[in-house]
Amino acid sequence: MKDLPPDPSMSAAEPVRNPSASPFRGDGEFLRGFRSGALAGIPFMVVVWPFGLLFGVVATAAGMDLTGIMVLTSFVIAGASQFVLIELISDGAPVIVAILAALAVNLRLAMYSASLAPYFTGTSSWVRAIAGYFVVDQVYGLALRRYQDRPEESRARRIGYYFGSGAPILPSWIAGTAVGALAGSAIPASLPIDFAPPLTFFALAAPMIRGVPNLCAAAVAVTAALLLAELPWSLGLLAASGLGMGTGAAVEIALARRAAARADAGGAAR
Amino acid sequence: MTGISDVTAWAAIITLGFGTYFVRASFLLLAGGREFPTWAMRLLRYVPVTVLPALAAPMAMWPRALEGETDPARIAGAAVTIAVGILTRSLLGAIVAGLATFLALGALF
Repeated sequence: MKDLPPDPSMSAAEPVRNPSASPFRGDGEFLRGFRSGALAGIPFMVVVWPFGLLFGVVATAAGMDLTGIMVLTSFVIAGASQFVLIELISDGAPVIVAILAALAVNLRLAMYSASLAPYFTGTSSWVRAIAGYFVVDQVYGLALRRYQDRPEESRARRIGYYFGSGAPILPSWIAGTAVGALAGSAIPASLPIDFAPPLTFFALAAPMIRGVPNLCAAAVAVTAALLLAELPWSLGLLAASGLGMGTGAAVEIALARRAAARADAGGAAR
Repeated sequence: MTGISDVTAWAAIITLGFGTYFVRASFLLLAGGREFPTWAMRLLRYVPVTVLPALAAPMAMWPRALEGETDPARIAGAAVTIAVGILTRSLLGAIVAGLATFLALGALF
């Protein structure tokens, strides 16, 4: 999320005009926001393209046809969950377990949705319905940072920024998948493509492991997943995730209590 | 998809598609910007760091392609991916480092 290009709208600090206007009229505010958002989103194409490519290759190797892959990738637009679905189904897990595990991976999107919602109050329901489709990691990260940095921006411009940042990112994912799916059949069977999904899952999760509670949550989840791997219907996965989440929350609470107790003790000593 | 019928595969795609859309659009579509209770937010915060590694660990430890035989190159690749990901916070950097480790060790042994 660092090293974003300089924002051209920053130099010209325009007054906020008519903030209650429709996001698509607001006298050019929407388009100005859209342009800033698109500029901020462009660097993420570098990450999203190869990831989409990888998904296309893996899905093809798992035996999906091009139509299925393209419908899945453009309907779901959530890479990790798509890998989870393909991987568990190829692994012989019941389809319902594969779907539940994929949805579990996407639960974080509900948190994104909750934290974006206040910035969309008052917009028409179809704007919010389309915005729902754009809730992906990168768009959420860019938009939230912008809204916190520039609380003075008009709603039209904020919404323009939101859709603008998705404009280079979402098509990159879909196009990357298409290229991967088309090239996938050309990849020799001797290549160890089976290692791509676990590698990708670790790479997606690791940057989010910050601080002691996260570290404990991940360590417990991995240990439990290895110990419970023999359980049927991927129950080991669900149990391990639950244990990890509980551990993270418990460590977080314990650390907060200890910090509070220390602060109290410090206050009493003075 | 291999192992399941076309109808099942399409049902899975459509279900995941609608399910994911409702998860993402949920709070945007609710009026008033309601929020999760604190305990739910606290648990949900740990979803990505638990579900993804829990899924990946058995796959890296007992690869299906090798009929479940543990492969040092895959374990080293996974360890490097995790370490680089935690230290650099870069998704692509972690993938490249882990893949390079895996391929280099795979070529050696």
